[in-house]
Amino acid sequence: MGGLNKKEYVPVSNNVVINWIDERLPIFTMLDKEYGRFPTPKNFSYFWNFGAIAMMILIIMIVSGIFLAMNYVPHTDHAFNSVERIMRDVNYGWLIRYIHANGASMFFVAVYIHIFRGLYYGSYKKPRELLWMLGVVILLLMMATAFMGYVLPWGQMSFWGATVITNLFSAIPIVGDGIVTWLWGGFSVDNPTLNRFYALHFLMPFVIFAVVFLHVWALHVTGSNNPSGIEPKTKIDTVPFHPYYTVKDSFGAVVFLAFFAFFVFYSPNILGHPDNYIPADPLVTPAHIVPEWYFLPFYAILRAVPDIALFGYTIMSAKLAGVLAMFGSIGVLFFIPWLDTSPVRSTVFRPSYKPFMYLLVVSFLLLGVAGAKPADDLLWLVIGRLSASYYFFHFLVIMPLLGSIEKTPKLPDSIHAYYQEKKESKKKLLSLLAIMAVALSFALPASKAKAAGASIDIPKQEWSFNGPLGTFDRPSLQRGFVVYQQVCAACHGLDFIAYRNLTEIGLTELQAKAIAAQYMVQDGPDDEGEMFERVAKLSDRFVNPYPNEKAARYANNGAYPVDLSLITKARPQGSDRLYALLTGYVEAPADVVLGPNMHYNKYYSGHQIAMPAPLAEGMVAYDDGTEATVEQMAKDVTHFLTWTAEPKMEERKRMGFKVMIFLIVFAGILYASKKKIWKDVE
Amino acid sequence: MSGTTPQSNQSPSAKTRKARYKTPEQWKTKPKKASQRRDFLYLTAGAMAAVGASSVAWPFIDSMSPAADTLALASIEVNLAPLDPGQTITVTWRGKPVFIRRRTKKEIDLAREVDVLRLPDPEEDKERVQKDEFIIVIGICTHLGCVPLGQKPADPKGEYKGWFCPCHGSHYDTSGRIRKGPAPTNLAVPPYEFVSDTKIKIG
Repeated sequence: MGGLNKKEYVPVSNNVVINWIDERLPIFTMLDKEYGRFPTPKNFSYFWNFGAIAMMILIIMIVSGIFLAMNYVPHTDHAFNSVERIMRDVNYGWLIRYIHANGASMFFVAVYIHIFRGLYYGSYKKPRELLWMLGVVILLLMMATAFMGYVLPWGQMSFWGATVITNLFSAIPIVGDGIVTWLWGGFSVDNPTLNRFYALHFLMPFVIFAVVFLHVWALHVTGSNNPSGIEPKTKIDTVPFHPYYTVKDSFGAVVFLAFFAFFVFYSPNILGHPDNYIPADPLVTPAHIVPEWYFLPFYAILRAVPDIALFGYTIMSAKLAGVLAMFGSIGVLFFIPWLDTSPVRSTVFRPSYKPFMYLLVVSFLLLGVAGAKPADDLLWLVIGRLSASYYFFHFLVIMPLLGSIEKTPKLPDSIHAYYQEKKESKKKLLSLLAIMAVALSFALPASKAKAAGASIDIPKQEWSFNGPLGTFDRPSLQRGFVVYQQVCAACHGLDFIAYRNLTEIGLTELQAKAIAAQYMVQDGPDDEGEMFERVAKLSDRFVNPYPNEKAARYANNGAYPVDLSLITKARPQGSDRLYALLTGYVEAPADVVLGPNMHYNKYYSGHQIAMPAPLAEGMVAYDDGTEATVEQMAKDVTHFLTWTAEPKMEERKRMGFKVMIFLIVFAGILYASKKKIWKDVE
Repeated sequence: MSGTTPQSNQSPSAKTRKARYKTPEQWKTKPKKASQRRDFLYLTAGAMAAVGASSVAWPFIDSMSPAADTLALASIEVNLAPLDPGQTITVTWRGKPVFIRRRTKKEIDLAREVDVLRLPDPEEDKERVQKDEFIIVIGICTHLGCVPLGQKPADPKGEYKGWFCPCHGSHYDTSGRIRKGPAPTNLAVPPYEFVSDTKIKIG
């Protein structure tokens, strides 16, 4: 091109159009330089896949989030309902929401592994300090984004999570309370809070994207670190990024997608909390407030810190100290490029540092479990304190000290030399991954079991909808509807189900119309401005037995018969629990004093329940001649209420089957491609 | 993808130039299996990526189509009893205005005495009404979606005494048919039925 910037243009391809564009805006030259020929150490392990995987998930989150935003309503009156509308009525809404909800977890899985890799192989050391610090900024932004996103469904955990986390800022001396009021835009978490969280939750991913761009830019200046921690010296140490790492990253990404898809299609709610399927209630806090799993270690640090006293005087309250420790646990990461004094990057060549590195991982996992335990669990409080102490000890003492006193073996001459002995280190890596997998599989259920807080054993039942291929049993659904209609509907609403939905349980449209016609709904105003009653239509939601909550409480001695649409999703082990509850009414033991209007149920927590035993032998007459025993009715109505909670379950599992097969085959083909491409390097 | 494998033991110029033309022996020898399988692999991988990407796109695109509750949106009932001849009402159905006009004898005659074949969108008035007196149309101009005037007594009704769209000057007659102006088709007639002599259900 002309002018001062005149330079001989070197064509980038054989295509005239591409060259024409490239000469004016060198996108293709840049791509070729940074992703085509970009020299990359040839000895990456699969740990090096997680940056690309995290990038992929960021894009998945942004896309699915934008489509959710098209249907979500950020208002306290509509947020919960609009999410349920996405789950039930919007085409593939359930899929997009489950992708987004589980995608947040997957993002943290990928990023935590990515961070571990950086720590283990010393990727934060000179000259990659800024690259690492930008990564910590991304982590902080992700945490803020995830937190605000979790508030949006406006369930119980959303509301109380928002309340607790915003209250952290009240720990700041003097101005703390003012800041909290400012964050809320009111005197409690309310509509203004929800609105601003929505706006920020929409904005932040794009900020993350921008910082990721800087992160990648910095990476392409310094080049990647590698398992040996040695810089590439000659050409034989590296391979061009394409096709070697494009194919390897693609393979890793598809394997990770299969892992991701398993959650989306087969356990979409396992990483969430049942309480979040209960609409937000500012008057009732859930028994155990537990953050999402990816915040548990930090939550444990927050709770681990006691009052800090000096000569018997409290110089810092536990509240402030906990908040400082929690933010400090991330803040310390900014400084590790200088805290670590070792001249050797990779832990592989730091035998005396290695055990401490593992200890750090263990303490982090233990913190995760401790964070899920109830606040009164003393054993785990101690474990949490020890782990939190080690976490800081590692960064503030081990790192600076060990670096200057440790003895390290002689480093290999080059990446190539190291690569030749790769097989052995590959084995080590596998065992490391295996250790992490075992530790995680131990930590996750351990945190889960107590989080449920269930001291009562709920017996497991056989359900046709269990398992990855499970389906609803249509006759049971229809019988269950009869039980609901004739028994439960006297007090309990089913607000998220419309009469038209009854065709999904196998009723014909005429039957559904006839059922709707049994109910009257208020409509209007008519031409004269008057409200009027009319017969319910297919498009109407189930008519609630009470006009509002006050009326419902008044009619039931102050107890509120909850809406049953989501009941099996809003309780741990929901379907089994509901069945147990319905069949759990027994004579109260002699030593139990029941409150007024209370009834004894062996499966209800506290054993005292306001609802009298709802089912009795032969209470309903089944059309199909099934005998209406209490167990049969309980089973049928539970079946029905499992469907009302998750009407798209069958569609979800069917689609999941296809997606899993596709991803597994695709991964196989990419693996074969990868083998072929890498053959000449190996 | 760079598909060339390093061929180290082959001297460059002479041999490769020759290789552009196959010798009879080369025609007989089968091509290398390995490279063939490799190309097939890459093609399959690329094809699967394309199939995967487009199958993922569909749920997102379809999520923007009307949702189940929107599609199920109720029909509405309208009481026509208060309407005198010459009067109109506008009701909302599926978020759109529906014009209902109880036509006078004169207006019915106006609609019937036209030579239908000379209309821009030929349609008999009888095909557009269920009862001669009541013309029921969706009040959205078929040109670009404005709401035509003509429902209020003081509104301009256009040259053909029906409706007049102020946006780009489309004239509709007393049967809601386009007579003059840029609109291509007649005002649409919504699905409706008379549930009694004076009551209709739209939708």
